[in-house]
Amino acid sequence: MQFLISMHINPAVLDALTDEEKEAIGTGHAALLAAVKESGELITTQALVDPSQAAVVRVRDGQPVVTDGPFLEAKEFLGGFYLVDCENKERAIELAAMVPDAAIEGLGVEVRQVMFADGPLEG
Amino acid sequence: MTAPRNNPVGDLLRALTPQVLGALLRRYGRFDGCEDAVQEAVLAAATQWPVEGVPDNPRGWLVTVASRRLIDQVRSDRARREREAALAAEVVPADVPDTDDTLVLLFLCCHPTLTPASQTALTLRAVGGLTTAEIARAFLVPEATMAARISRAKQRIRAAGSEFRLPADAELAERLRVVLHVLYLIFNEGYTASSGADLDRADLAYEAIRLARLVHAQLPDDDEVTGLLALMLLTHARRAARTTATGDLVPLAEQDRSRWDRGLIDEGTELAKAALAGPALGPYQLQAAIAATHADAATAERTDWRQVAALYLILSRIAPNPMVTLNRAIAVAELDGPAAGLDLLSTLDDDGRMAAHHRLLSVRAHLLERSGDLAGAYDHYRRAARATASRAEQRYLESRAKRLKPRL
Repeated sequence: MQFLISMHINPAVLDALTDEEKEAIGTGHAALLAAVKESGELITTQALVDPSQAAVVRVRDGQPVVTDGPFLEAKEFLGGFYLVDCENKERAIELAAMVPDAAIEGLGVEVRQVMFADGPLEG
Repeated sequence: MTAPRNNPVGDLLRALTPQVLGALLRRYGRFDGCEDAVQEAVLAAATQWPVEGVPDNPRGWLVTVASRRLIDQVRSDRARREREAALAAEVVPADVPDTDDTLVLLFLCCHPTLTPASQTALTLRAVGGLTTAEIARAFLVPEATMAARISRAKQRIRAAGSEFRLPADAELAERLRVVLHVLYLIFNEGYTASSGADLDRADLAYEAIRLARLVHAQLPDDDEVTGLLALMLLTHARRAARTTATGDLVPLAEQDRSRWDRGLIDEGTELAKAALAGPALGPYQLQAAIAATHADAATAERTDWRQVAALYLILSRIAPNPMVTLNRAIAVAELDGPAAGLDLLSTLDDDGRMAAHHRLLSVRAHLLERSGDLAGAYDHYRRAARATASRAEQRYLESRAKRLKPRL
């Protein structure tokens, strides 16, 4: 079963972290990456740039209108994700709990099963 | 029946892979090294044989090539220099006796220290002779992911220090259960309509049946082995009728039974009967008996629901789980009306995880529809559609809901 473990960041919360805390996040992700690579559960992971860099695209009357993002007026934004293939939802939750962000107040980690996938399967 | 692969070299390699690996393991031990060497030999054969023709003694050819690869590997491994002399001095036999190595190999791949996902992948590669790329494609994950999983599984088996022999009697039955479960998982992965390349997944169902036949050939008196093979054949027989041309799901009651594979049904029914005649009664035999009862009915209306309900009742006693209760409720509803089925379903509501499960929601939707509660049925079809991770199932449930809409 494939799951998307998404990380919902709050730039204000991240800014307020101490250097030690930031470093702990880095090592925490490295440990998680090493673990899921070794177990063969990792499919891919991607981190996104700061939401202030986002562009919002709307097509109106066939004309694209591009404005500065982000799309949602929220405090938390999608910061990145892990795509894993693991035994079941319980295991996905176990992996999500290893994401260092999960231990920090104000940052969120969400787990959802993949329903459809497509892509360049042939090498 | 055989898979319509139309690839004689591929079929031959699949059959020989476990025998060659078994021969190497008996001689040299070291599961990971032997398995790598056999994979390389099989890949070499897959490219050479179609061009140069199949050698007179294909198994001897593979054993020789794989042994050379293994020796090369050990030679290049400086830390193992001492072993090299002993290994290189061995004379590789041109042929090996036809022992029950496949079964030993299957038990090794289904080692209890591995997760079911790893057991499945390793079984398909070492016993099924599939390449890592084929397995990755069937499970819709990148090849690198599958390669990491297989390599980790081999390391674990090595770390566990397993010897290449069948476990002792006490452990044998327990391990056989794991083997059967892994074959069942492989079959289900191939059978369940899901996203992705359908044909590759059909290959998995064929492979599971082929492996179940191998186990059955070696343990013909084990009723659960016979039951599992029967269950697979009877289920697989419905394949052509299970989906529409556009890939939409067709429920059992609406399937065109003339499209069921008669040959598979007859063979599966015979096996199911043979299994049930034995002294032991297990969950696979009972599921096979249920499948045989469905197969026996010329139309959905003529299904012997009394027998299906009775078999589910026995199943719920020897191997109780919420899915069995769910299926029993369907049979009870056919027998005594939808209210009786809904009553039985209500016993599952206390199970927090089951209450939101799409299967419970969709069975309840069907029974509510039959009992005349169309609004309740509509609501449950919609909730079930949202709760499933299968797009085919989602489309089916949405279409049922849509059908009810005008009558609300």
